[in-house]
Amino acid sequence: MAEGMIHNKNDFLANISARLGREQSKQVTRPDWKHRPQLEILKKASPEELAAVFSRNSVEKTTTVIETDSTHLAKVLLETFSKYGGGRVVATKDNRFGEYGLDSVLAESGAHVWNPELGKENIEIAKQAAIGVFFSDVSLAESGTVVQFNDKDIARSVSLLPLTYVAIVPKSTIVPRMTQASYAIHKSVEEGKRLSTCINFISGPSNSADIEMNIVIGVHGPIEAVHIIVTDH
Amino acid sequence: MAMKIGDKPFFGRVDDALKDDFMRQAMSSAQDRLRGKKISATVEDELVGDWEEWRSAGEEIRRHTLENLDFYLDQLSENFSKRGGHVYFAATAEDATRYIQEVAKKKNAKKVTKAKSMVTEEIGLNEALEEVGCEVYETDLAEYILQIDDHDRPSHIVVPSLHKNKEQIRDTFRDKANYTGTEEPKQLAAFARSQLRETFMQADIGVTGCNFAVAESGSISLVTNEGNANMVTTFPETQISIMGMERLVPTWEELDVMINLLSRSAVGQKITTYVTNLTPQVTEDSIDAPKEFHLVILDAGRSKALGTEFQSALHCIRCAACVNVCPVYRHIGGHAYGSIYQGPIGAVLSPILGGYEEYGELPFASSLCAACSEACPVKIPLHEQLIRHREIYVKEKAKTTEKLAMKTFGIGASSPSLFRLAVKGMPTMMKPLVKDDSISSGPGPMKLWTAVRDFPAPGNGNFRHWFDNHKKGGGTDG
Repeated sequence: MAEGMIHNKNDFLANISARLGREQSKQVTRPDWKHRPQLEILKKASPEELAAVFSRNSVEKTTTVIETDSTHLAKVLLETFSKYGGGRVVATKDNRFGEYGLDSVLAESGAHVWNPELGKENIEIAKQAAIGVFFSDVSLAESGTVVQFNDKDIARSVSLLPLTYVAIVPKSTIVPRMTQASYAIHKSVEEGKRLSTCINFISGPSNSADIEMNIVIGVHGPIEAVHIIVTDH
Repeated sequence: MAMKIGDKPFFGRVDDALKDDFMRQAMSSAQDRLRGKKISATVEDELVGDWEEWRSAGEEIRRHTLENLDFYLDQLSENFSKRGGHVYFAATAEDATRYIQEVAKKKNAKKVTKAKSMVTEEIGLNEALEEVGCEVYETDLAEYILQIDDHDRPSHIVVPSLHKNKEQIRDTFRDKANYTGTEEPKQLAAFARSQLRETFMQADIGVTGCNFAVAESGSISLVTNEGNANMVTTFPETQISIMGMERLVPTWEELDVMINLLSRSAVGQKITTYVTNLTPQVTEDSIDAPKEFHLVILDAGRSKALGTEFQSALHCIRCAACVNVCPVYRHIGGHAYGSIYQGPIGAVLSPILGGYEEYGELPFASSLCAACSEACPVKIPLHEQLIRHREIYVKEKAKTTEKLAMKTFGIGASSPSLFRLAVKGMPTMMKPLVKDDSISSGPGPMKLWTAVRDFPAPGNGNFRHWFDNHKKGGGTDG
C-alpha cells in the first residue's frame, strides 16, 4: 500500500512549537517514569492464581467460565456449542484449532471457518451465526479480558457479530493485566514488526448503562460470552 | 450546532434548570451512582494498589506528552501515513468539516455511521455531513436517543442522555420510530440494536472520535462498551477518526496507564468491554476492515492554552470524574452550561476553546470546593484554573464596561448642549428607579455596580448650577 497523504502539518506544528516558546523538537527521549504502579499488580502471582483471578473477573462481567484441559477440550467445546443455541458456528482461520485437536469438532458442528477467498459471504454467515469461536492471544487476569490480534484470517467479525462469543483461553496466555500485553506490543513496534490492524481487547458481552444507569447486557455486540480456560498440552 | 447549547444567557439557563425537578433528581442519582462506582474501582479496589500513584503516573505522562506535543504529533502522523492512512491537521472546526465533506463527496457516501465522540459534536460534524447529502446515524445508545429526540444535546460527557428517564425514552422511540415495547431498558436497547443492525452493514463511512492515539505506531484507541464502535470501524469501506490534538500518548506503555485511569474514573470498570486499537492497513486484504483510513487532528482553540497557566487543562482525558463530584453540576445539570463540555472541566475548557465572550461566566458556576481537582485522575488543578479564568474575565469585563462608559461620556461631553441636557435630565430619567433615595437596580453600565451595592439617587441640582450661584455669592446648596 502506498503511503498516505499528510496535510498542513508544518504550519500546524510550527504554531504548537511557537506557543510552547521554542523550536520544534527533533528528538525526544521518554523519561524514566517515576510512577509505575502497573508493574506491581499481581506481579508474584502463579499461573494458577492468575487463572483464578481471570476466572473471577470474567464472571464479574457476566461471562461464563469453563475450565478444562486439552484432553477434554473437544468435548467441552461441543457441549458449549450445543448449550448456546446449537445454531451456526463461525470460527477464525487459526492453526491452533488443529494444534488443539479441534478441527473435527468444527467439522462435526458444521462450523464455518473464515475463508478470505469467499469475500463478503463470510460476513453474511457471521451475521446469522449463533456462536463465534476464537483463541485468545493474550488474556488479562485483572479484568477477565481476551485479546485478539485481528487480520484477514483472525477476522474481526467472529467475536463481534454472533449472539455468543466463545473464547478459548490457553492458560499460558494469562498475564496479570494490560501492562504485559502493551509492553509486548511496544517491544514488537520497536523491533519494526508488523502490527495487527486491529488489536481488540474484549471483556465479556457488549453492554450499556446509558438508560438511567441500568446495566443492559447485549447491545450491538454479542449478548453472551464464554471463556474456556484450557490447561496447555 | 457545534459546541454551544441554547441561546439563553447563562443565568437564564440556570434558572430554567433549577425549576426542572426531574432533571435535578436524575442528575443527583446519576452522580451518586457514577461516583460510587468510581470509588469502588479506585481507592477501594485493593488489587489496583495505591490510586494516588496511578494519578501521579497519569499526570507525569500527560505533562511530558503536552510539553512535547509537536514531536509526538509529528511521529503519529508519519507512522499513520506510512501504513497508508491519510492525516489532516485542522487548525479550525471549519477546516476539519470541510476536509471530511470532501472525503464524503469523493467516496460518494450516502450513509455514515458514528460512534460517540464529543469532538465531532464540537465541530458540528453531523450537520456538515448532512449538507453534502449524507444520512448520519448515531450508534451509541445515548447518542441514538438524543438524535431521535429531534437532535437533543448532550448533558454529560460520558453519558450524554443522562437527563432523560426511561419513560421519556420509550415515548420518544414510540413517537419518532414506531416503537411498541415497554420502558424496560433491555427492550429499549434491543430496539436500538434491531434498528441499527443493517445500517452498520450498509454504511459507506464510519466515523469515530479517538480516546488516545499512539504516536509510536500510528494507532487509534477507542474505549467503549456497546460494540457499536467495533461495528462502525469494521464494515464501512472508509473510516474517519477525529481527535483533539492533545489526545495522544508516546507509546503503548503509556496507553496502558491511560486506559486504566479512564476506565476506572469514567465508569468504574477495571477496563471497558472493548478497547479497540486500530492501525491503518498495510499489505494484507481483510474482508472486514476499512480500505481507507483518515485521521483528522484538530486544534480549534486548544493551542491557545499551550504555554499558559491553562496548559494542564489539555491533560484532560474526558472521564467526567470532575463532573460527577461537582455540587453545582448536581443542581443545574449539563444543559445550563450552554456548552457540550460541562461541569468543572467544561467551565475550564469552554472559555479556552470558545472565548470569554461566550463562556466567560461558566467559571463562576463553581463553589471552588476543589472536589473536582481531587477527583481528576491526571491531577489537573481545576479549581485553581477556574479562579484564574474569573480573574481574567473580570479584568476583561471591567475594561469593556469602562470603555463603554467612557465612550458614552465622550459622546455627551463632545456636545455642550447634549451634556447640559444629560446633566439636567439625570434626576428625571432616574426617578423611576429611585427608592428610598437610592438606586438598587441600575441600567447599562450601572448594572454591574448596583448588582452588589446601591447607588445614591442624583440630586435635583448640578455642579454648573451650584457654581454659577456660588459666583454670585449664593449658598452652597445645589
